[in-house]
Amino acid sequence: MILTTPAERRELLKRIARVAMVGASSNPLRPSYTVFSYLRRQPGYEVAPINPAIDQIDGVASFPSLAAYARARGAPDVVDVFRKPSEVANVVREAIAVGAPAIWFQYGVVNPEAIALADEAGMSVVVDRCLKVEHARFCGGLSTIGLNSGIITSRRTPS
Amino acid sequence: MMQHDREFGFATRALHAGTPPDPVTGSRAAPIYQTSAYVFGSTEQAAELFALRSYGHIYSRISNPTVAAFEERMASLEGGLGGLAFSSGLAAQLCTVLALAQAGDHLVCTQNIYGGTVTQLSVTVRRMGIETTFVPAEDLQSVGAAIRPNTKLVFVETIGNPSGIVADLAAFAALAHDAGVPLVVDNTFATPYLCRPIEHGADVVVHSATKFINGHGTAIGGVLVESGKFPWENGHFPLLSTPSPGYHQKVFTETFGEYAFLMRARAEVLRDVGAQMSPMDAWLALLGLETLGLRMDRHIAHAREIVSFLRPRPEVAWVREPQLGSIFTFGLHGGRSAARRFIDALVLWSHLANVGDSKSLVIHPASTTHSQLSDDELRQAGVEPEAVRLSVGLETVEDLVWDLDQALQSASREAPGSVEVPAG
Repeated sequence: MILTTPAERRELLKRIARVAMVGASSNPLRPSYTVFSYLRRQPGYEVAPINPAIDQIDGVASFPSLAAYARARGAPDVVDVFRKPSEVANVVREAIAVGAPAIWFQYGVVNPEAIALADEAGMSVVVDRCLKVEHARFCGGLSTIGLNSGIITSRRTPS
Repeated sequence: MMQHDREFGFATRALHAGTPPDPVTGSRAAPIYQTSAYVFGSTEQAAELFALRSYGHIYSRISNPTVAAFEERMASLEGGLGGLAFSSGLAAQLCTVLALAQAGDHLVCTQNIYGGTVTQLSVTVRRMGIETTFVPAEDLQSVGAAIRPNTKLVFVETIGNPSGIVADLAAFAALAHDAGVPLVVDNTFATPYLCRPIEHGADVVVHSATKFINGHGTAIGGVLVESGKFPWENGHFPLLSTPSPGYHQKVFTETFGEYAFLMRARAEVLRDVGAQMSPMDAWLALLGLETLGLRMDRHIAHAREIVSFLRPRPEVAWVREPQLGSIFTFGLHGGRSAARRFIDALVLWSHLANVGDSKSLVIHPASTTHSQLSDDELRQAGVEPEAVRLSVGLETVEDLVWDLDQALQSASREAPGSVEVPAG
Protein backbone atom coordinates (compact mmCIF):
# COMPACT_ATOMS: atom_id res chain seq x y z
CA MET A 1 0.00 0.00 0.00
CA ILE A 2 1.38 3.38 -1.02
CA LEU A 3 0.98 5.84 1.84
CA THR A 4 0.06 9.30 0.59
CA THR A 5 -1.70 11.10 3.47
CA PRO A 6 -0.07 12.64 6.54
CA ALA A 7 -2.21 10.39 8.77
CA GLU A 8 -0.91 7.26 7.03
CA ARG A 9 2.68 8.39 7.42
CA ARG A 10 2.06 9.25 11.07
CA GLU A 11 0.66 5.76 11.69
CA LEU A 12 3.69 4.20 10.05
CA LEU A 13 6.03 6.28 12.19
CA LYS A 14 4.25 5.00 15.29
CA ARG A 15 4.64 1.39 14.16
CA ILE A 16 8.36 1.48 13.42
CA ALA A 17 11.24 1.23 15.88
CA ARG A 18 14.02 -0.55 13.97
CA VAL A 19 15.16 1.29 10.85
CA ALA A 20 17.58 -0.20 8.31
CA MET A 21 19.10 2.64 6.27
CA VAL A 22 20.25 1.31 2.90
CA GLY A 23 22.97 3.54 1.48
CA ALA A 24 23.61 5.45 4.72
CA SER A 25 26.83 7.45 4.42
CA SER A 26 29.39 8.40 7.06
CA ASN A 27 30.07 11.64 5.14
CA PRO A 28 28.44 14.48 7.14
CA LEU A 29 27.72 16.36 3.90
CA ARG A 30 25.38 13.64 2.63
CA PRO A 31 21.64 13.85 3.31
CA SER A 32 21.62 10.24 4.53
CA TYR A 33 24.05 11.13 7.31
CA THR A 34 21.75 13.98 8.37
CA VAL A 35 18.77 11.62 8.60
CA PHE A 36 20.83 8.93 10.37
CA SER A 37 22.23 11.40 12.88
CA TYR A 38 18.77 12.85 13.61
CA LEU A 39 16.84 9.62 13.84
CA ARG A 40 19.24 7.72 16.07
CA ARG A 41 18.84 10.43 18.71
CA GLN A 42 15.05 10.11 18.77
CA PRO A 43 13.59 8.07 21.64
CA GLY A 44 12.27 4.68 20.55
CA TYR A 45 14.29 4.38 17.34
CA GLU A 46 17.12 1.95 16.65
CA VAL A 47 18.87 2.85 13.42
CA ALA A 48 21.39 0.72 11.54
CA PRO A 49 23.35 1.62 8.38
CA ILE A 50 23.26 -0.94 5.55
CA ASN A 51 26.41 -0.20 3.52
CA PRO A 52 29.11 -2.71 2.56
CA ALA A 53 31.65 0.10 2.09
CA ILE A 54 31.77 1.14 5.75
CA ASP A 55 32.13 -0.57 9.14
CA GLN A 56 30.22 1.91 11.23
CA ILE A 57 28.87 5.46 11.48
CA ASP A 58 29.57 7.36 14.71
CA GLY A 59 30.05 4.04 16.50
CA VAL A 60 26.88 2.41 15.15
CA ALA A 61 27.80 -0.84 13.35
CA SER A 62 27.00 -1.03 9.65
CA PHE A 63 25.74 -4.20 7.95
CA PRO A 64 26.90 -5.18 4.44
CA SER A 65 23.38 -6.17 3.35
CA LEU A 66 19.79 -6.39 4.51
CA ALA A 67 20.25 -10.16 4.71
CA ALA A 68 23.18 -9.71 7.10
CA TYR A 69 21.11 -7.30 9.18
CA ALA A 70 18.22 -9.78 9.32
CA ARG A 71 20.51 -12.65 10.37
CA ALA A 72 21.72 -10.60 13.33
CA ARG A 73 18.59 -8.64 14.27
CA GLY A 74 15.59 -10.12 12.46
CA ALA A 75 13.46 -8.17 9.99
CA PRO A 76 13.67 -4.37 10.30
CA ASP A 77 10.39 -2.47 10.77
CA VAL A 78 11.22 -0.27 7.82
CA VAL A 79 13.88 -0.12 5.12
CA ASP A 80 14.86 3.51 4.45
CA VAL A 81 16.38 3.84 0.98
CA PHE A 82 19.13 6.29 -0.05
CA ARG A 83 20.20 4.80 -3.38
CA LYS A 84 20.11 5.77 -7.03
CA PRO A 85 16.60 5.17 -8.42
CA SER A 86 18.05 2.75 -10.98
CA GLU A 87 19.35 0.47 -8.22
CA VAL A 88 16.40 0.30 -5.90
CA ALA A 89 14.42 -2.55 -7.45
CA ASN A 90 17.07 -4.91 -6.02
CA VAL A 91 16.76 -3.22 -2.64
CA VAL A 92 13.03 -3.95 -2.72
CA ARG A 93 13.68 -7.62 -3.55
CA GLU A 94 16.09 -7.88 -0.61
CA ALA A 95 13.60 -6.11 1.67
CA ILE A 96 10.88 -8.55 0.64
CA ALA A 97 13.26 -11.47 1.19
CA VAL A 98 13.98 -10.46 4.79
CA GLY A 99 10.30 -9.81 5.52
CA ALA A 100 10.43 -6.04 6.07
CA PRO A 101 6.82 -4.77 6.33
CA ALA A 102 7.57 -1.23 5.12
CA ILE A 103 9.90 0.61 2.73
CA TRP A 104 10.61 4.32 2.61
CA PHE A 105 12.06 5.94 -0.53
CA GLN A 106 13.82 9.22 0.34
CA TYR A 107 13.71 12.46 -1.70
CA GLY A 108 14.41 11.78 -5.37
CA VAL A 109 14.47 7.98 -4.98
CA VAL A 110 11.60 7.36 -7.38
CA ASN A 111 11.46 4.17 -9.42
CA PRO A 112 7.97 3.07 -10.57
CA GLU A 113 9.04 -0.58 -10.97
CA ALA A 114 10.44 -0.72 -7.44
CA ILE A 115 7.37 1.01 -6.01
CA ALA A 116 5.04 -1.46 -7.76
CA LEU A 117 7.14 -4.40 -6.60
CA ALA A 118 6.94 -3.30 -2.96
CA ASP A 119 3.25 -2.46 -3.22
CA GLU A 120 2.41 -5.85 -4.75
CA ALA A 121 4.35 -7.56 -1.96
CA GLY A 122 1.99 -5.94 0.54
CA MET A 123 4.54 -3.54 1.98
CA SER A 124 3.68 -0.08 3.28
CA VAL A 125 5.41 2.27 0.83
CA VAL A 126 6.38 5.94 1.19
CA VAL A 127 7.81 7.69 -1.87
CA ASP A 128 9.84 10.89 -2.30
CA ARG A 129 9.59 11.87 1.36
CA CYS A 130 12.18 12.31 4.08
CA LEU A 131 11.90 10.17 7.20
CA LYS A 132 13.51 12.91 9.28
CA VAL A 133 11.15 15.61 8.01
CA GLU A 134 8.06 13.46 8.51
CA HIS A 135 9.16 12.49 12.02
CA ALA A 136 9.75 16.15 12.85
CA ARG A 137 6.36 17.10 11.39
CA PHE A 138 4.55 15.01 14.00
CA CYS A 139 6.93 15.55 16.92
CA GLY A 140 7.10 19.34 16.88
CA GLY A 141 10.41 19.82 15.07
CA LEU A 142 8.93 21.46 12.00
CA SER A 143 7.04 23.97 14.14
CA THR A 144 10.31 25.33 15.53
CA ILE A 145 11.14 26.75 12.10
CA GLY A 146 7.77 27.95 10.87
CA LEU A 147 6.90 24.91 8.78
CA ASN A 148 3.23 24.02 8.42
CA SER A 149 2.84 20.96 10.66
CA GLY A 150 -0.91 20.76 10.08
CA ILE A 151 -1.37 20.35 13.83
CA ILE A 152 -4.44 22.10 15.27
CA THR A 153 -5.20 21.21 18.88
CA SER A 154 -6.25 22.73 22.18
CA ARG A 155 -5.10 19.64 24.08
CA ARG A 156 -2.04 20.05 26.22
CA THR A 157 0.72 17.60 25.42
CA PRO A 158 3.19 16.39 28.05
CA SER A 159 6.40 18.40 27.85
CA MET B 1 0.31 13.86 19.59
CA MET B 2 -3.48 13.80 19.36
CA GLN B 3 -4.34 14.62 15.79
CA HIS B 4 -7.16 14.24 13.34
CA ASP B 5 -7.28 14.36 9.57
CA ARG B 6 -9.95 17.04 9.51
CA GLU B 7 -9.24 19.95 7.19
CA PHE B 8 -9.98 22.81 9.57
CA GLY B 9 -11.54 26.01 8.22
CA PHE B 10 -9.89 29.39 7.76
CA ALA B 11 -11.23 30.99 10.94
CA THR B 12 -10.19 27.99 13.04
CA ARG B 13 -6.68 28.07 11.60
CA ALA B 14 -6.49 31.86 12.06
CA LEU B 15 -7.05 31.26 15.78
CA HIS B 16 -5.12 28.02 16.33
CA ALA B 17 -2.49 27.24 13.68
CA GLY B 18 1.01 27.42 15.10
CA THR B 19 -0.17 27.87 18.67
CA PRO B 20 -1.16 24.67 20.47
CA PRO B 21 -1.17 25.15 24.26
CA ASP B 22 2.32 25.81 25.58
CA PRO B 23 3.62 22.33 26.50
CA VAL B 24 5.49 23.58 29.58
CA THR B 25 2.95 25.86 31.28
CA GLY B 26 -0.30 25.13 29.48
CA SER B 27 -0.57 28.81 28.55
CA ARG B 28 -3.44 29.12 26.08
CA ALA B 29 -2.23 32.42 24.64
CA ALA B 30 1.03 32.15 22.71
CA PRO B 31 3.89 33.07 25.07
CA ILE B 32 6.22 35.89 24.03
CA TYR B 33 9.64 34.27 24.07
CA GLN B 34 11.60 37.46 24.61
CA THR B 35 15.06 35.94 24.48
CA SER B 36 18.08 36.36 22.25
CA ALA B 37 19.46 32.82 22.64
CA TYR B 38 18.71 29.30 23.88
CA VAL B 39 20.72 27.08 26.24
CA PHE B 40 22.01 23.89 24.61
CA GLY B 41 21.37 20.55 26.31
CA SER B 42 24.90 19.37 25.59
CA THR B 43 27.83 20.10 23.29
CA GLU B 44 26.62 17.21 21.13
CA GLN B 45 23.16 18.75 20.76
CA ALA B 46 24.72 22.12 19.97
CA ALA B 47 26.78 20.59 17.15
CA GLU B 48 23.74 18.79 15.71
CA LEU B 49 21.72 22.03 15.75
CA PHE B 50 24.45 24.06 14.04
CA ALA B 51 24.79 21.40 11.34
CA LEU B 52 21.00 21.58 10.69
CA ARG B 53 20.73 17.90 11.60
CA SER B 54 18.22 18.45 14.38
CA TYR B 55 15.42 20.92 15.07
CA GLY B 56 15.60 23.55 17.76
CA HIS B 57 16.40 27.17 18.46
CA ILE B 58 19.93 28.57 18.61
CA TYR B 59 19.69 32.33 18.34
CA SER B 60 16.67 34.58 17.72
CA ARG B 61 18.15 36.11 14.55
CA ILE B 62 17.57 32.70 12.95
CA SER B 63 14.49 31.40 14.78
CA ASN B 64 12.34 32.11 17.84
CA PRO B 65 9.31 30.18 19.15
CA THR B 66 6.88 33.13 19.05
CA VAL B 67 8.04 34.13 15.57
CA ALA B 68 7.82 30.49 14.44
CA ALA B 69 4.21 30.33 15.64
CA PHE B 70 3.39 33.34 13.46
CA GLU B 71 5.25 31.80 10.51
CA GLU B 72 3.35 28.53 10.84
CA ARG B 73 -0.01 30.30 11.13
CA MET B 74 0.71 32.30 7.98
CA ALA B 75 1.78 29.12 6.15
CA SER B 76 -1.44 27.45 7.23
CA LEU B 77 -3.65 30.38 6.15
CA GLU B 78 -1.92 30.72 2.76
CA GLY B 79 -1.96 26.95 2.23
CA GLY B 80 1.82 26.72 2.00
CA LEU B 81 4.59 24.44 3.17
CA GLY B 82 6.13 26.90 5.61
CA GLY B 83 6.72 30.54 6.41
CA LEU B 84 9.57 32.85 7.27
CA ALA B 85 9.04 36.17 9.06
CA PHE B 86 11.03 39.37 8.65
CA SER B 87 11.35 42.82 10.16
CA SER B 88 9.28 44.32 7.30
CA GLY B 89 7.60 43.48 4.02
CA LEU B 90 10.52 44.96 2.10
CA ALA B 91 12.90 42.69 4.03
CA ALA B 92 10.74 39.68 3.08
CA GLN B 93 10.96 40.70 -0.59
CA LEU B 94 14.71 41.35 -0.51
CA CYS B 95 15.44 38.02 1.16
CA THR B 96 13.21 36.20 -1.35
CA VAL B 97 15.31 37.74 -4.13
CA LEU B 98 18.59 36.92 -2.38
CA ALA B 99 17.54 33.31 -1.80
CA LEU B 100 17.23 32.77 -5.56
CA ALA B 101 19.37 35.34 -7.37
CA GLN B 102 22.90 36.70 -7.36
CA ALA B 103 24.93 39.21 -9.38
CA GLY B 104 24.34 38.65 -13.10
CA ASP B 105 20.80 37.39 -12.62
CA HIS B 106 17.54 39.00 -13.71
CA LEU B 107 14.01 39.52 -12.40
CA VAL B 108 10.69 40.40 -14.05
CA CYS B 109 8.30 42.66 -12.13
CA THR B 110 5.01 44.32 -13.03
CA GLN B 111 4.71 48.11 -13.23
CA ASN B 112 2.35 50.24 -11.15
CA ILE B 113 3.15 48.47 -7.93
CA TYR B 114 4.10 49.77 -4.50
CA GLY B 115 6.72 52.49 -4.92
CA GLY B 116 8.92 50.96 -2.24
CA THR B 117 9.16 47.77 -4.28
CA VAL B 118 10.05 49.68 -7.45
CA THR B 119 12.83 51.54 -5.65
CA GLN B 120 14.12 48.42 -3.92
CA LEU B 121 14.40 46.49 -7.18
CA SER B 122 15.39 49.29 -9.56
CA VAL B 123 18.01 50.92 -7.31
CA THR B 124 19.22 48.81 -4.38
CA VAL B 125 18.90 45.34 -5.93
CA ARG B 126 20.25 46.64 -9.26
CA ARG B 127 23.35 47.91 -7.43
CA MET B 128 23.88 44.31 -6.29
CA GLY B 129 24.12 43.31 -9.95
CA ILE B 130 20.60 41.88 -10.22
CA GLU B 131 18.65 43.59 -13.01
CA THR B 132 14.85 43.96 -13.10
CA THR B 133 12.63 44.44 -16.16
CA PHE B 134 9.35 46.21 -15.35
CA VAL B 135 6.40 45.23 -17.53
CA PRO B 136 2.69 46.23 -17.67
CA ALA B 137 0.65 43.77 -15.61
CA GLU B 138 -2.20 43.79 -18.14
CA ASP B 139 0.09 42.90 -21.07
CA LEU B 140 0.83 39.23 -20.49
CA GLN B 141 2.73 38.94 -23.79
CA SER B 142 5.26 41.50 -22.63
CA VAL B 143 5.63 39.64 -19.35
CA GLY B 144 6.47 36.43 -21.17
CA ALA B 145 8.81 38.22 -23.57
CA ALA B 146 10.73 39.81 -20.69
CA ILE B 147 11.76 36.45 -19.20
CA ARG B 148 15.40 35.62 -20.06
CA PRO B 149 17.57 32.55 -19.49
CA ASN B 150 18.99 34.21 -16.35
CA THR B 151 15.58 35.27 -14.96
CA LYS B 152 15.09 33.91 -11.43
CA LEU B 153 11.56 35.03 -10.59
CA VAL B 154 8.45 36.87 -11.77
CA PHE B 155 6.98 39.30 -9.24
CA VAL B 156 3.40 40.61 -9.16
CA GLU B 157 0.96 42.13 -6.64
CA THR B 158 -2.43 40.41 -6.16
CA ILE B 159 -4.07 43.84 -6.03
CA GLY B 160 -1.98 46.50 -7.76
CA ASN B 161 -1.02 49.50 -5.65
CA PRO B 162 -2.31 52.08 -6.43
CA SER B 163 -4.07 50.81 -9.57
CA GLY B 164 -6.38 48.44 -7.65
CA ILE B 165 -6.35 45.99 -10.57
CA VAL B 166 -6.53 42.30 -9.60
CA ALA B 167 -3.83 40.32 -11.39
CA ASP B 168 -4.57 37.13 -13.36
CA LEU B 169 -2.34 35.03 -11.11
CA ALA B 170 -2.97 31.74 -12.93
CA ALA B 171 -1.82 33.30 -16.23
CA PHE B 172 1.29 34.74 -14.58
CA ALA B 173 2.05 31.37 -12.98
CA ALA B 174 1.74 29.59 -16.33
CA LEU B 175 4.13 32.07 -18.00
CA ALA B 176 6.67 31.78 -15.21
CA HIS B 177 6.48 27.99 -15.00
CA ASP B 178 6.86 27.62 -18.77
CA ALA B 179 10.24 29.33 -18.32
CA GLY B 180 11.14 27.25 -15.27
CA VAL B 181 10.97 30.17 -12.82
CA PRO B 182 8.75 30.72 -9.77
CA LEU B 183 5.94 33.25 -9.45
CA VAL B 184 6.33 35.49 -6.39
CA VAL B 185 3.13 37.30 -5.34
CA ASP B 186 2.78 40.24 -2.94
CA ASN B 187 -0.55 39.43 -1.29
CA THR B 188 -0.54 42.31 1.21
CA PHE B 189 -3.71 44.09 0.03
CA ALA B 190 -5.79 40.93 -0.41
CA THR B 191 -4.64 38.89 2.63
CA PRO B 192 -5.12 35.09 2.55
CA TYR B 193 -8.74 35.65 3.57
CA LEU B 194 -9.61 37.19 0.18
CA CYS B 195 -7.07 35.44 -2.05
CA ARG B 196 -4.64 32.57 -1.61
CA PRO B 197 -2.20 32.93 -4.51
CA ILE B 198 -0.77 29.42 -4.04
CA GLU B 199 -4.20 28.06 -5.05
CA HIS B 200 -3.72 29.94 -8.36
CA GLY B 201 -0.20 28.66 -9.01
CA ALA B 202 2.01 31.07 -7.05
CA ASP B 203 5.19 29.58 -5.61
CA VAL B 204 6.16 32.19 -3.02
CA VAL B 205 3.78 34.66 -1.34
CA VAL B 206 5.15 37.74 0.43
CA HIS B 207 3.38 40.16 2.74
CA SER B 208 3.82 43.34 4.58
CA ALA B 209 2.51 42.07 7.93
CA THR B 210 2.20 45.71 8.98
CA LYS B 211 -1.14 46.03 7.19
CA PHE B 212 -4.23 43.80 7.60
CA ILE B 213 -2.28 40.93 9.21
CA ASN B 214 -1.30 43.01 12.23
CA GLY B 215 -4.46 45.00 11.66
CA HIS B 216 -3.96 47.55 14.40
CA GLY B 217 -1.05 49.65 13.23
CA THR B 218 1.15 48.51 16.11
CA ALA B 219 4.23 47.00 14.45
CA ILE B 220 6.21 46.74 11.22
CA GLY B 221 6.66 43.20 9.89
CA GLY B 222 6.93 40.98 6.85
CA VAL B 223 6.59 37.32 5.99
CA LEU B 224 7.04 34.93 3.09
CA VAL B 225 5.21 31.64 2.54
CA GLU B 226 6.35 28.97 0.07
CA SER B 227 4.10 26.45 -1.64
CA GLY B 228 6.57 23.54 -1.56
CA LYS B 229 5.57 22.63 -5.11
CA PHE B 230 8.24 24.36 -7.18
CA PRO B 231 10.97 22.07 -8.61
CA TRP B 232 14.01 23.94 -7.24
CA GLU B 233 16.31 21.20 -8.60
CA ASN B 234 15.35 22.05 -12.21
CA GLY B 235 18.81 23.46 -12.98
CA HIS B 236 17.88 27.14 -12.85
CA PHE B 237 18.71 27.61 -9.18
CA PRO B 238 22.35 26.80 -8.40
CA LEU B 239 22.04 28.66 -5.09
CA LEU B 240 19.78 25.82 -3.95
CA SER B 241 21.06 22.85 -5.94
CA THR B 242 24.86 23.15 -5.75
CA PRO B 243 27.14 22.93 -2.67
CA SER B 244 26.76 26.08 -0.60
CA PRO B 245 29.92 27.73 0.70
CA GLY B 246 27.64 29.54 3.15
CA TYR B 247 26.60 26.31 4.85
CA HIS B 248 29.23 23.56 5.10
CA GLN B 249 28.94 22.87 1.34
CA LYS B 250 25.40 21.59 1.92
CA VAL B 251 23.26 21.07 -1.18
CA PHE B 252 19.89 22.36 0.00
CA THR B 253 17.77 20.51 -2.57
CA GLU B 254 19.49 17.19 -1.73
CA THR B 255 19.26 17.50 2.04
CA PHE B 256 15.92 19.26 2.44
CA GLY B 257 13.94 18.30 -0.66
CA GLU B 258 10.77 20.38 -0.84
CA TYR B 259 12.06 22.54 2.03
CA ALA B 260 15.19 23.65 0.14
CA PHE B 261 14.08 27.23 -0.51
CA LEU B 262 12.72 27.80 3.01
CA MET B 263 15.81 26.31 4.63
CA ARG B 264 18.23 28.37 2.55
CA ALA B 265 16.17 31.54 3.03
CA ARG B 266 16.38 31.05 6.80
CA ALA B 267 19.73 29.38 7.43
CA GLU B 268 21.74 31.51 5.01
CA VAL B 269 19.85 34.61 3.86
CA LEU B 270 18.01 35.64 7.03
CA ARG B 271 21.05 34.60 9.08
CA ASP B 272 23.30 36.88 7.05
CA VAL B 273 20.91 39.79 6.40
CA GLY B 274 19.71 39.90 10.00
CA ALA B 275 16.27 41.31 9.23
CA GLN B 276 14.39 39.04 11.65
CA MET B 277 11.00 39.80 13.19
CA SER B 278 10.99 40.51 16.92
CA PRO B 279 9.03 38.17 19.25
CA MET B 280 6.82 41.03 20.42
CA ASP B 281 5.95 42.03 16.85
CA ALA B 282 5.23 38.38 15.98
CA TRP B 283 2.89 38.19 18.96
CA LEU B 284 1.04 41.30 17.78
CA ALA B 285 0.72 39.78 14.31
CA LEU B 286 -0.58 36.50 15.79
CA LEU B 287 -3.17 38.46 17.75
CA GLY B 288 -4.14 40.38 14.64
CA LEU B 289 -4.57 37.21 12.58
CA GLU B 290 -7.12 35.86 15.08
CA THR B 291 -9.68 38.36 13.76
CA LEU B 292 -8.47 38.70 10.17
CA GLY B 293 -11.60 37.25 8.56
CA LEU B 294 -13.98 39.25 10.72
CA ARG B 295 -12.10 42.43 10.03
CA MET B 296 -11.87 41.88 6.28
CA ASP B 297 -15.62 41.28 6.00
CA ARG B 298 -16.29 44.55 7.82
CA HIS B 299 -13.58 46.47 5.92
CA ILE B 300 -15.23 45.45 2.65
CA ALA B 301 -18.79 46.20 3.81
CA HIS B 302 -17.69 49.66 4.92
CA ALA B 303 -15.76 50.27 1.70
CA ARG B 304 -18.92 49.52 -0.30
CA GLU B 305 -20.91 52.01 1.78
CA ILE B 306 -18.24 54.68 1.37
CA VAL B 307 -18.16 54.13 -2.42
CA SER B 308 -21.97 54.48 -2.54
CA PHE B 309 -21.74 57.70 -0.58
CA LEU B 310 -18.97 59.21 -2.72
CA ARG B 311 -20.29 58.30 -6.21
CA PRO B 312 -23.20 60.77 -6.41
CA ARG B 313 -21.44 63.65 -4.66
CA PRO B 314 -21.03 66.73 -6.88
CA GLU B 315 -17.52 67.40 -5.48
CA VAL B 316 -16.33 63.93 -6.57
CA ALA B 317 -14.98 63.56 -10.13
CA TRP B 318 -14.43 59.79 -10.08
CA VAL B 319 -14.28 56.77 -7.76
CA ARG B 320 -12.05 53.78 -8.50
CA GLU B 321 -14.12 51.13 -6.75
CA PRO B 322 -11.95 48.31 -5.43
CA GLN B 323 -12.31 45.02 -7.33
CA LEU B 324 -11.18 43.33 -4.11
CA GLY B 325 -10.43 44.71 -0.66
CA SER B 326 -11.03 48.03 1.04
CA ILE B 327 -8.29 50.34 -0.25
CA PHE B 328 -9.19 52.63 -3.13
CA THR B 329 -8.73 56.10 -4.60
CA PHE B 330 -11.16 58.78 -5.67
CA GLY B 331 -10.66 62.16 -7.34
CA LEU B 332 -12.01 65.61 -6.50
CA HIS B 333 -13.15 68.09 -9.16
CA GLY B 334 -11.10 70.76 -7.46
CA GLY B 335 -7.83 68.99 -8.29
CA ARG B 336 -4.71 68.85 -6.18
CA SER B 337 -5.63 71.80 -3.94
CA ALA B 338 -9.15 70.50 -3.25
CA ALA B 339 -7.70 67.10 -2.31
CA ARG B 340 -5.37 68.74 0.20
CA ARG B 341 -8.14 70.95 1.66
CA PHE B 342 -10.36 67.86 1.97
CA ILE B 343 -7.73 65.92 3.92
CA ASP B 344 -6.96 68.89 6.16
CA ALA B 345 -10.68 69.14 7.06
CA LEU B 346 -11.08 65.47 8.14
CA VAL B 347 -11.28 64.87 11.88
CA LEU B 348 -11.90 61.09 12.22
CA TRP B 349 -9.92 59.68 9.27
CA SER B 350 -6.20 59.55 10.13
CA HIS B 351 -3.87 61.25 7.68
CA LEU B 352 -0.85 58.95 7.53
CA ALA B 353 1.25 56.77 5.23
CA ASN B 354 -0.08 53.26 5.92
CA VAL B 355 -3.01 51.04 4.94
CA GLY B 356 -4.89 48.11 6.43
CA ASP B 357 -5.31 49.49 9.94
CA SER B 358 -8.57 48.97 11.85
CA LYS B 359 -8.69 52.77 11.93
CA SER B 360 -9.67 54.58 8.74
CA LEU B 361 -6.72 56.13 6.92
CA VAL B 362 -6.37 58.76 4.22
CA ILE B 363 -3.50 60.15 2.19
CA HIS B 364 -2.92 62.39 -0.82
CA PRO B 365 -0.32 60.42 -2.80
CA ALA B 366 0.60 63.34 -5.11
CA SER B 367 1.83 65.49 -2.22
CA THR B 368 3.35 62.71 -0.11
CA THR B 369 4.35 59.25 -1.32
CA HIS B 370 4.66 60.38 -4.96
CA SER B 371 5.55 64.04 -4.38
CA GLN B 372 8.77 63.76 -6.39
CA LEU B 373 6.78 63.27 -9.61
CA SER B 374 5.42 65.95 -11.98
CA ASP B 375 1.69 65.96 -12.79
CA ASP B 376 2.40 64.16 -16.10
CA GLU B 377 4.56 61.57 -14.36
CA LEU B 378 1.87 61.12 -11.72
CA ARG B 379 -0.69 60.29 -14.42
CA GLN B 380 1.73 57.84 -16.05
CA ALA B 381 2.19 56.15 -12.69
CA GLY B 382 -1.57 55.94 -12.29
CA VAL B 383 -1.63 58.52 -9.51
CA GLU B 384 -3.74 61.51 -10.52
CA PRO B 385 -2.92 64.84 -8.81
CA GLU B 386 -6.48 65.04 -7.50
CA ALA B 387 -6.48 61.43 -6.20
CA VAL B 388 -7.15 60.73 -2.53
CA ARG B 389 -6.42 57.22 -1.23
CA LEU B 390 -8.69 55.76 1.43
CA SER B 391 -8.07 52.69 3.58
CA VAL B 392 -11.53 52.11 5.02
CA GLY B 393 -11.53 51.07 8.66
CA LEU B 394 -13.87 49.60 11.21
CA GLU B 395 -15.35 52.66 12.92
CA THR B 396 -19.14 53.17 12.97
CA VAL B 397 -19.70 53.61 9.25
CA GLU B 398 -22.14 56.50 9.70
CA ASP B 399 -19.35 58.37 11.51
CA LEU B 400 -16.95 57.73 8.61
CA VAL B 401 -19.56 59.05 6.15
CA TRP B 402 -20.28 62.05 8.37
CA ASP B 403 -16.59 62.99 8.42
CA LEU B 404 -16.22 62.61 4.64
CA ASP B 405 -19.37 64.71 4.15
CA GLN B 406 -18.25 67.59 6.34
CA ALA B 407 -14.75 67.55 4.80
CA LEU B 408 -16.13 67.58 1.23
CA GLN B 409 -18.33 70.54 2.11
CA SER B 410 -15.47 72.29 3.83
CA ALA B 411 -13.08 71.71 0.90
CA SER B 412 -15.56 73.11 -1.61
CA ARG B 413 -16.49 76.11 0.62
CA GLU B 414 -12.87 77.14 0.86
CA ALA B 415 -12.20 76.81 -2.86
CA PRO B 416 -10.12 79.70 -4.21
CA GLY B 417 -12.28 82.11 -6.22
CA SER B 418 -15.37 81.34 -4.21
CA VAL B 419 -17.57 84.31 -3.33
CA GLU B 420 -16.85 83.99 0.35
CA VAL B 421 -14.86 86.97 1.66
CA PRO B 422 -12.89 86.53 4.84
CA ALA B 423 -14.22 88.70 7.62
CA GLY B 424 -12.10 91.49 9.05
